[in-house]
Amino acid sequence: MSTTTTTQPGARRAPAGERVADWADGRLGIYSLAKANMRKIFPDHWSFMLGEVCMYSFIIIILTGIYLTLFFHPSMNEVVYHGSFVPLQGVRMSEAFKSTVDISFDVRGGLLIRQIHHWAALIFLAGMFVHMMRVFFTGAFRKPREINWMFGFLLFVCGMLTGFTGYSLPDDLLSGTGVRIADSMILAVPLVGTYLSFYVFGGEFPGTDFVSRFFPVHILLLPGIMLALMVGHLILVFHHKHTQFAGPGRTNKNVVGMPFMPVYMAKAGGFFFLVFGAIAAISAIATINPVWDAGPYRPDHVSNGSQPDWYMGYTEGAVRAMPGWEWNVLGHTINFGVLVPVVLLVAVPAVLAMYPFVEAWITGDQREHHILDRPRNAPTRTAFGVAWLSWYGVLLLAGGNDLLGLLFHLSANGVTWFARIGFFVIPPLAFVVTRRICLGLQRRDRDKVLHGRESGIIKRLPHGEFVEVHEPLTQEQLHVLTAHEQARPIALEAAVDENGVERKLTRKEKLRARLSQGYFGEHSQIAKPTAEEYLEITSGHGHH
Amino acid sequence: MSSQEHSEAALPSGRGDAHEGTVAARSDPFADPGLPPHEPRVQDIDERAAKRSERVVAFLFTLSMLATVAFIVAYVAIPVDRSVYLFPIGRVSATNITLGTTLGVALFCLGAAAIHWARTLMSDVELVDQRHPVESTPEIRSKVLADFKEGAAESGLGRRTLIRKTMLGALTLIPLSGLVLLGGLSKAAPGTKLRRTAWARGKTLINQNTLQPLRPEDIEVGSLTFAMPKGMKEEDHDFQNQIAKAAVMLVRLRPEDIKDKKELDWSADGIVAYSRICTHVGCPITLYEQQTHHVLCPCHQSTFDLSDGARVVFGPAGHALPQLRIGINKDGHLEALGDFAAPVGPSFWERG
Amino acid sequence: MVVLLFALAVTGGLYAALAPADSARADGPAQSLAIEEGRKLYAVGCASCHGTGAQGTSDGPSLVGTGPAAVDFQVATGRMPLQQHGAQAPRKKAVYSRAQIDQLAAYVASLGAGPAVPAPGQYSPEGADVAKGGELFRLNCSQCHNFTGKGGALSDGKFAPNLHGVDPRHIYEAMQTGPQNMPSFPDTVLSPKNKKDIVAYLGTVNSSTSENPGGFGLGGFGPVSEGLFAWIFGLGALIAVAVWVAARTAKAKRS
Repeated sequence: MSTTTTTQPGARRAPAGERVADWADGRLGIYSLAKANMRKIFPDHWSFMLGEVCMYSFIIIILTGIYLTLFFHPSMNEVVYHGSFVPLQGVRMSEAFKSTVDISFDVRGGLLIRQIHHWAALIFLAGMFVHMMRVFFTGAFRKPREINWMFGFLLFVCGMLTGFTGYSLPDDLLSGTGVRIADSMILAVPLVGTYLSFYVFGGEFPGTDFVSRFFPVHILLLPGIMLALMVGHLILVFHHKHTQFAGPGRTNKNVVGMPFMPVYMAKAGGFFFLVFGAIAAISAIATINPVWDAGPYRPDHVSNGSQPDWYMGYTEGAVRAMPGWEWNVLGHTINFGVLVPVVLLVAVPAVLAMYPFVEAWITGDQREHHILDRPRNAPTRTAFGVAWLSWYGVLLLAGGNDLLGLLFHLSANGVTWFARIGFFVIPPLAFVVTRRICLGLQRRDRDKVLHGRESGIIKRLPHGEFVEVHEPLTQEQLHVLTAHEQARPIALEAAVDENGVERKLTRKEKLRARLSQGYFGEHSQIAKPTAEEYLEITSGHGHH
Repeated sequence: MSSQEHSEAALPSGRGDAHEGTVAARSDPFADPGLPPHEPRVQDIDERAAKRSERVVAFLFTLSMLATVAFIVAYVAIPVDRSVYLFPIGRVSATNITLGTTLGVALFCLGAAAIHWARTLMSDVELVDQRHPVESTPEIRSKVLADFKEGAAESGLGRRTLIRKTMLGALTLIPLSGLVLLGGLSKAAPGTKLRRTAWARGKTLINQNTLQPLRPEDIEVGSLTFAMPKGMKEEDHDFQNQIAKAAVMLVRLRPEDIKDKKELDWSADGIVAYSRICTHVGCPITLYEQQTHHVLCPCHQSTFDLSDGARVVFGPAGHALPQLRIGINKDGHLEALGDFAAPVGPSFWERG
Repeated sequence: MVVLLFALAVTGGLYAALAPADSARADGPAQSLAIEEGRKLYAVGCASCHGTGAQGTSDGPSLVGTGPAAVDFQVATGRMPLQQHGAQAPRKKAVYSRAQIDQLAAYVASLGAGPAVPAPGQYSPEGADVAKGGELFRLNCSQCHNFTGKGGALSDGKFAPNLHGVDPRHIYEAMQTGPQNMPSFPDTVLSPKNKKDIVAYLGTVNSSTSENPGGFGLGGFGPVSEGLFAWIFGLGALIAVAVWVAARTAKAKRS
């Protein structure tokens, strides 16, 4: 009501804003661009804002990152420190490390910006992870959004690499240890590893080049790629229009929510400031990466509890848990102890990234999906997702085996053995348990639809029997609980075709049918109640 | 955006058919009842409540302004090296805590004001937009394909194979220039660099703490000593590269505790010298448990038994730590009797 | 293997009668009195594991030649007498008084020469080079005790303890004597000046007066605790905010 624009009826000249818009339209055609988008509809749900958390932290990272480049010296020239931090005075260090300490202690507000940059990076990756899980468990990756799923996935991978290169820049003892490990992982690559390592480091490790090389990769190359991916990601979100949960009036052919202008604009704009404000407040009260405590990197120094940032933790866990298998084949060393973690570094996320295409192949579904699944209604997918999460989690735990040991008085060796066994045992367990839980929830939904909600009211019948009164659901609730479709497994095509010629089934077809059976077979879903069942029960003698 | 052709102006901009489901419900109890009618908020029907909301929004905007002013004042007024005690955090940098909190409050209040405005004062009537299939209509599809075929035919690419093949060849080769240019990234070929260290026959062992030559009697059973070869200095331009390979640790064992014969042969007076660079991924491996003679790596917990040729007893390392053969020279100092016999540090393809 | 001890103060009385009268040579009557008192205390509280003549048993190592610094460290930090066998003896409240500890130390010193208890000047921060101490700490100590001495895990449940709040004198003694699985750093390896620098460094970065310029130190454990914090408080707070942003505003009346 209070948000009226300043159009004055009868004014001779159009208001200034309109004139600017007219000018721009004459050159850019903005009106036709805005026509479809000004009042574009966005559904409201908190989980749809996880992507926004990521976008905003990314913007915060870019803003603070630009500030940091004004003071950071990406050089490994050695200098002796004579700054204001006493416990480092007289210590030899690289310029990169010195400038990081200077940003922290001698640039006013520099420490705050450093901390915002790093906290925002951790939250950015965590946000992408949770966003990806939201998309996964609700089936939002289905046609037509597979490409956007891949964009998002690539953003996550690029985020990991950008984070790692940034973590390495200060050339402190913690990050230097991480770079040393990365170098060893490169060395473990068969055939070309040694040369690759020499190309990355300009010779032997550590050399004097890697900071100045990681710098452009961290501030230019990877962020550039990520910016492009993010713009593409957003264009596709706009183009496809957002998915929505089933509900009254919400169909696969419409989208229900608030218009971009003004509600969504205000909410999205406001949310940016909320995210920025929260991260600034966290950076005011919590230290992150105190490089001055770590000291400058030296290859012969090390600290207990050296870990990478959380998003590289699963790789660290694989490196820690892998047994030291090393083969010598015809005078060449194949170091499986490190090579397998290198493979897992790629394979663990890739398994998840490829899932949408596998599911599409198994279901053979060619339709567009804009209504989200409730995770329980896709038990096999949900179980797979939880199994993957537990897999990732086991590796993450293994990456912190020493600190788990220290803080919970466990043996670090015991944690390692737990991870070695758990790596194989826990995901299948998680799969089976999750599927059972999903089926249980489906059963409960079915009961709710057919018999109503348990009201908690106990009634005594004339003949003395006690029953609980079940309240029937509203039509809205009935609709939400029954809106999902239940696919049938693909039946194997008749082995004999219409001409009576026996048709050989390919192995691929058999595999697909078997997987489809696993997805939608009798043991994989509870038949949802039909209208007939419902009418039969409700038309009779009410509840019982 | 391509959906413009579908003339969205023709769509109902309002909520549309909210009650279409009620008729169908008789036959299908699960039918979509349609969008429920809009229910007003307090602010929609009570102007006083709306005014209250407006005041809250304005208050938050004002708070944000004040916080920004406070931020600027703090930036100017507080010295960068001032620290304050703040319960329960402890001693913190005064600039960091004040700048961070004021910036946080300024941003958060700005955001909260916008959200509160959107939630309580802007319309909360849900609108409906129609979706259109992403894929193009068959007409558009056939038109585009026909256009493409026409263009392709005009180029003659399909017909003139010589052009096609040479063009593909040129395009394939072009990126090679870029790849070759990356050759400058390494100043030298690996050669024997990963096999050789700064140790050589006759190099005295220098204590890294005191920078004095080490004597056997300096080292007790149960103690841990770090050494580097004589002549290596922290100021050297290649110190980091050299120490990354040459770092060794010295421990003294009772000769009867040494289980490995070669280890005993390569020791001097019960003192053994081992490479400190982990054979797993190169961390300095110096967690020496003096009662068990195990050393473990702080990075990945590879554990080596120093009383048994430094063989791996736990963890991800693939082979034993290389031993440095040492002796005692005529001055009574410990000296190396050669370089390591095996490459130090992590495995690589050519290691053998 | 790790040989650890039991505090059998109750049964210790039995041993008192059987303890051999070691010919403790002393410099003066006060010293010999201290040794005699220490011997009695030893017989009651320590002999059950370390043997009646401190020659060691299967339950505890020989104390001959370990020196008074070791006794002072072990007993004054409460590690000895041991409460129960475990991966290693933890720090706890000291059982003996200052005077009793000195008597025990005098007794053990009388058995054979070993590192002496350091004088206050040796471990006070005056004249120490904190930055050099930091470098030495990162070379010699941080691999077990972490960058700023917050502690770290060793194999099979053993650990290097957090050095926060440890008396500088005990830090010095630990370096001299190498308690339990910690290696020793005798003066020939790590000079008294080096040790002084290290003690001063720890006093600067890991004491109740240390600064945490950036705010909460999150235990000083680096990325693991930072990651947990980012997930729980960072993302957690943002999700809570998102729930508020996306929630429907309260309606005027609910039927």
